Amino acid sequence: MRITIDGREIEAREGATIFDAAGAAGIDIPVLCHDPRLDPVGVCRLCVVDVGERVLAAACVRRCEPGMEVRTNTSDIEADRAVLTELLMSEQPADHEADRRERAFGDNALLACARRYDAWGDSLPRGGGRADDTSSSVIHVDHQACILCDRCIRACDELQNNEVIGRTGKGHDSRIAFDLDVPMGQSTCVSCGECAAVCPTGALVDVAIGPELRPRDELEAVDSVCPYCGVGCALTYHVDRERNAIVFAEGRESPGNRQRLCVKGRYGWDYAAHPQRLRVPLIRRDDAYPKGALSKDVRGEHDGRRKPGGIVDYDEVLPAFREATWDEALDLVAERLSTIRDRDGPDALAGFGSAKCSNEEAYLFQKLVRACFGTNNVDHCTRLCHASSVAALLEGIGSGAVTTTYGDIANAGAALLAGTNTTANHPVAATFFKEARKRGTKLIVVDPRREAIAEHADHYCRIKPGTDVAFYNAMMQVIIEEELGDRAFIEERTENYDALATLVADYPPERAGAICGVEPDDIRAVARAFGSADSAIVFWGMGISQHVYGTNNARCLIALALLTGNIGKAGAGLHPLRGQNNVQGASDAGLIPMVYPDYQSVEDPAIREKFESAWGRELSPQRGLTVVEIAHAALEGSVKGMYIMGENPFLSDPNVNKVRKALSNLDFLVVQDIFLTETAEFADVILPASSYMEKLGTYTNTDRRVQIGRPVLEMPGEARLDWEVVCDVSTRMGFPMDYASPSEIFDEFAGLTNAYATLSHDNLGAVGKLWPNPDPERDDGPVVLFDDAFPTENGRAKFVPAEWTAARELPDDDYPFVLNTGRLLEHWHTGVMTRRTRVLDAIAPEAFVAMHPDDGSANGLSDGDNVTVESRRGSVTLRLRLTTRECRGAVFMPIHFREAAANLLTLDELDPDGKIPEFKFCAVRVSAAG
Amino acid sequence: MLKVPHVTSYLTEHFAEDAFGTLAGYEKKGGYAAARKALTEMAPGDVIELVKASGLQGRGGAGFNTGLKWSFMPADSDVPKYLVCNADESEPGSFKDRILLERSPHQLLEGILIAAYAVGACTTFIYIRGEYSFPADQVERAVAEAYDQGHLGPNVLGSGFRHDVVVHRGAGAYICGEETGLLESLEGKKGQPRKKPPFPAQVGAFGMPTTVNNVETFCHVPYIVNRGAEWFRGFGTEASPGTTLFGVSGHVVKPGLFELPLGTPLSEIVFEHAGGIAGGRKVKGVIPGGMSMPILPAGQLDVPMANESLRERGTMLGTGGIMVMDETTCMVRVGCVISYFFRDESCGQCTQCREGTGWLNKIMNRIERGAGQSEDLGVLLDIAAKMEGQTICAFADAAAWPVQGLLRHFRADFEEHVRLGRCPFTASFEL
Repeated sequence: MRITIDGREIEAREGATIFDAAGAAGIDIPVLCHDPRLDPVGVCRLCVVDVGERVLAAACVRRCEPGMEVRTNTSDIEADRAVLTELLMSEQPADHEADRRERAFGDNALLACARRYDAWGDSLPRGGGRADDTSSSVIHVDHQACILCDRCIRACDELQNNEVIGRTGKGHDSRIAFDLDVPMGQSTCVSCGECAAVCPTGALVDVAIGPELRPRDELEAVDSVCPYCGVGCALTYHVDRERNAIVFAEGRESPGNRQRLCVKGRYGWDYAAHPQRLRVPLIRRDDAYPKGALSKDVRGEHDGRRKPGGIVDYDEVLPAFREATWDEALDLVAERLSTIRDRDGPDALAGFGSAKCSNEEAYLFQKLVRACFGTNNVDHCTRLCHASSVAALLEGIGSGAVTTTYGDIANAGAALLAGTNTTANHPVAATFFKEARKRGTKLIVVDPRREAIAEHADHYCRIKPGTDVAFYNAMMQVIIEEELGDRAFIEERTENYDALATLVADYPPERAGAICGVEPDDIRAVARAFGSADSAIVFWGMGISQHVYGTNNARCLIALALLTGNIGKAGAGLHPLRGQNNVQGASDAGLIPMVYPDYQSVEDPAIREKFESAWGRELSPQRGLTVVEIAHAALEGSVKGMYIMGENPFLSDPNVNKVRKALSNLDFLVVQDIFLTETAEFADVILPASSYMEKLGTYTNTDRRVQIGRPVLEMPGEARLDWEVVCDVSTRMGFPMDYASPSEIFDEFAGLTNAYATLSHDNLGAVGKLWPNPDPERDDGPVVLFDDAFPTENGRAKFVPAEWTAARELPDDDYPFVLNTGRLLEHWHTGVMTRRTRVLDAIAPEAFVAMHPDDGSANGLSDGDNVTVESRRGSVTLRLRLTTRECRGAVFMPIHFREAAANLLTLDELDPDGKIPEFKFCAVRVSAAG
Repeated sequence: MLKVPHVTSYLTEHFAEDAFGTLAGYEKKGGYAAARKALTEMAPGDVIELVKASGLQGRGGAGFNTGLKWSFMPADSDVPKYLVCNADESEPGSFKDRILLERSPHQLLEGILIAAYAVGACTTFIYIRGEYSFPADQVERAVAEAYDQGHLGPNVLGSGFRHDVVVHRGAGAYICGEETGLLESLEGKKGQPRKKPPFPAQVGAFGMPTTVNNVETFCHVPYIVNRGAEWFRGFGTEASPGTTLFGVSGHVVKPGLFELPLGTPLSEIVFEHAGGIAGGRKVKGVIPGGMSMPILPAGQLDVPMANESLRERGTMLGTGGIMVMDETTCMVRVGCVISYFFRDESCGQCTQCREGTGWLNKIMNRIERGAGQSEDLGVLLDIAAKMEGQTICAFADAAAWPVQGLLRHFRADFEEHVRLGRCPFTASFEL
């Protein structure tokens, strides 16, 4: 439509606001309360314009109408703006020079108006008296500098969907408030920092984490990706190159996160600059043999000398090592590993890569193990995470990746969140879930733990731990009985339906309800909500996968989606939420003992031949051992040498007492990492590696989005790039590797796959690309996969019915509680990174075990007590937290804390298909600590 | 028994009789005949045309033509339409709706039924300010009676028209009397006025087309239906027909509520109906229509009390709440009281309202305290001018006008305070 602004006729698109139309035409209208990402509210009134009515209209909310004549800058309007600025300035802290935002970022929008209108609030008596709130670890709140623009409120409500901030008081005494007006640090705020990111004044400003905050234009902006979880948020690091330091991080526009970040991404990057970074290669001193744990924590001794919490005590561990040159260290590694290979055979060697490493590093590492070591004994933490999901997916639909993105929930009629604590583990994805719920997607949460996302659910079912199969079978029974399934989809696109129907017929809600501890009618209600939705997505997490029946759990969820025709269309699909930033990519790159890159079987002669010719070496025809199997083999002595790049199995693997014995038993262990880890205590050689912040590489997120992470820091000391170290070891072991850059490695990897075949560093663009991508030059890639056929032999998906079986170690009189383990929002896995970040460690400094208050009182235990948690494998002492988030009869422990390692207690039994260990069900007892 | 002086009245004609508040008593006086007539003999469009023709102006303050407002409602709609009765009477100086609610709840319900039929509303929400506990009880009782007798519900008065009435009590914020602030509050949200457009007739309560009318406005409707537009136009002025309820308070001998034709001179109301100034003192100024309307000085009381004539004097009829102040009154102190009210009651959304009301009050207080400076009067006028006509709702205007009125007519009081460095009338005080 045509409208006239300040005498200029311009074209405005239907529905555009005057502010947008003016902006598109290059006409600047000053505004304070508006942010393009937020619903406009028109409260600052600075953007008022004359549309020929009695009342001036706020340009940010008023929509264009055909023929509208708008004046944006008459002298009257400018005078109004000057008075508004004067009014606001008179309430600002008097010292504008000291304004936190201006000093930190140089972008205080109110001060910009003050300069524009030369209005400094001096004509009015000064305001004053609204206090500072310094209770948050990440944000300084200065109520006096707040102009009540509501940006923070809307950012918290509309972007992060946390709804912590509101207004309190009214009229002139209005203030922003957290929850029911408690200090920010005591509120339910999750420290995501979105409010500070949108605040236009000095009211909400980040606290400096590294060096003092500085304006953007004094720093170098490096576009990268968050190093933490599988959501893979796009962000920009603002870097002081001279001081080799990150100054702050900011969310970046991308389909995956739309500028949103969580507390880890925004504030948790300073680990890379921690003084404990390894700077030189280390070789174990002769007098530090026989090998064993070096620190008291790892030995399981507690002398009370060290304060609780913390990280590996360098003073205890470092004396066992001496510094070495790279040449000496690499020669030693190559010689010892070659000796074992030549003496005991290739299968006496094994390697753990890491889902924290890039696709390029993962590809090279598995190539090293397969082509240079000559074994398929290569695995990584996917084994501890979604191995069971991938096994079920490959078997059921022929592909291990997600069939749609998490953002597709916006199109879903219903979404099932099964065993996933998304607000903690995929915080930014959770914001999209909550947003979809507000727009009408029915949210179904099934979890023994009533986590924060359950508060947003239309249906929440608290099933007993370990009863998932019974629950989902009953859902399917109801869907079949009430004919809510998609007959056409079942007939045209699936096989083995009858077997499923026969099996689930044995799971009427009455029977399943008794197993799961859920009312039968609740199961029916959930089945109807899911079955009658036009489209539905199933999301799941470790609550499904980390069980000895994890593959069966996943089979049920896959069957549920197939039964209701919910794969291959918008708003429908299967989405196992990936944990690590690159667990998808590391798996795609072949860091798995059974498959080469792109899930090509090592047991298929034709495929093996392809890789043999690509790599120029004869390859082992036998699938290798998985993570826990490697530990068992080390204990038995059949695996003698290991190369561990960026993993910390001592804390991450189940039954770590056994892992400790296994690691001590190795003839030779080389650990390549950025810090001394619990695992490195058992090493013969420790190689100082590059952190995420120091290297170039690609990372594939849970959506299959391949994105580029870029170097922002120089490496400390003599630390080296991981891919170069792998090349050097390989070359020294007689298998030369020589690459000019990560992009060359990527090309070699991509050329051996279908999924990545069209991708290269050059065409990934600013926000990456989804695989598979037929036309990456022009297209972002397919959100929804398998709209006409599945990548199986006959193109059909397969129902794989699963019987419910009870957990392996049920509670009894001696060990009456079920132990569940998992993560916290503020921490990452074994804490090696997050416990070395100032903010995250400050917010969550301490290990705890969580228990239902009724179980606490039944056992005479109170919140905050020191308790001992014991299983048949070990015991730990830590703080008790009573919370109704836990169900009766079960306790929960986070896995991040070495001083109270949950995995001392867990069971190292494996799922027969996924080989994933049972992290989420073992029997324990809890008693007051002596 | 309530004493209600009435001169030319129909709304309050039977207010002396308690029985008029009951359904039986109301019907005995001819009540619900108009509703029967409208619902069974008239088409909805005819009702709207009749009310348009009567020239009935909204009695909530803005004085908009009622029939015209009804005609903004979409005639064909596949979503429910709502009617809202604004009984959040919070304007200081106004108490007419309270008496109407207390004495004649069925008169209100009958007006609501006719209006609902005219605009095709399925439900009316009566939003009553929280402090009006007794009036709300009366309305709830009347609603129950009406349901019992089939005057409300699935088949109103046997006409086949379905209508429900929901009584909703407010929680004590002035801004919930603003129609969109009321709608927010009705929906359970914080009472903050909405951005317009869209207007309530398009997107109102719970997102549905909605008309909001004042209590008194509804009460006039049955009489118009019964007696015709011409009869109605027999009261009042050409532009402002009908009677209205003037509530007189302040320094008068007989404060109270008076139903009089629009256009009655202010002096007649003050000096005849309200008995003149108490204690034989002289009048100094009169606020003609509730606290947000600019004050008139003693010399201008000849003004006829109708919107068209009051506008010529720079003020408005508002809610008809007349506040009379005698010669002992300190007009700066009046400014302090008024500005304190608005400072406290602003919802705080728009900058100039939230900040402006605060600064107006601070500066008023400073002058009253004796600490005012000569430039303060200019600052007051500057701020007030910039609060007008720019905000989401008219609250900021309502906060600015009284200040402008006081300075227009009583500037000397302000200058005297500044010159003396103290209040010449009373001991200094501060709210």
